[in-house]
Amino acid sequence: MNETTTAGAVVIEREMPHPPQKVWRALTQSALIEAWLLKNDFEPVIGHRFTLRAPPMPQWNGLVDCEVLAIEPPARLAYSWKVGEDGPGAMRTVVTLTLTPTPGGTHLRMEQSGFRTDQENNRRGAEFGWRRFMDGLERVVAGLD
Amino acid sequence: MNAASETLFKTLADPTRRAIFERLAVGGEQTVHALTDQAGVSQPAVSKHLALLKAAGLVRDRRDGRETHYSAQPRALAPLIDWMSLMGAFWEGRFDRLETLLNRMDQ
Repeated sequence: MNETTTAGAVVIEREMPHPPQKVWRALTQSALIEAWLLKNDFEPVIGHRFTLRAPPMPQWNGLVDCEVLAIEPPARLAYSWKVGEDGPGAMRTVVTLTLTPTPGGTHLRMEQSGFRTDQENNRRGAEFGWRRFMDGLERVVAGLD
Repeated sequence: MNAASETLFKTLADPTRRAIFERLAVGGEQTVHALTDQAGVSQPAVSKHLALLKAAGLVRDRRDGRETHYSAQPRALAPLIDWMSLMGAFWEGRFDRLETLLNRMDQ
């Protein structure tokens, strides 16, 4: 996986006054993940499938189906993030967490890429990336009520 | 997520359709012929994409003689914008919790 496969829609960035190794532990140890994200059966192994469990809500059973896509300690972690049953209604995204050392600790970046499909993955590079789409649409959306 | 949102997300999952939609959103109304010249796919393929965009409420068509003109309906993107706001707020909240956790953890 590289950057072009994760053209993204939602990006959150934050400075954490803690070293990358420590932040990495919080992102990759199951009990620590539960403390900040959700209940889970995460294991830091590429290809491992796990489930994040949120309280059920109307129209959502609270489950997020995931698969570990990248583990590069202590710099990059990526997993798929699927909500909904298999089929056209499923929301398939990819969450990529990137850790960059800074003088004060760690710059942590979360990118949740929108609507990654097998088709898009196969045609990456030559096609119109999701990020460019959203960037271009900012002007359009800014004109909405 | 409701059925209309699912249709929207599914429709925009295709990069060629996204490209067509953005051309209409940024460049204004265009004919199938004009879109085909830029799309790099055949006219029937462009027409098929336009039909799906129309079904999702993302484009509107207007007949003028032998040509059909298409225009973007960016308001149809509202569920997508809502989803981005929702997920953005979700992760901001989770990062707050992560900071709290890191402050409690040993080195």
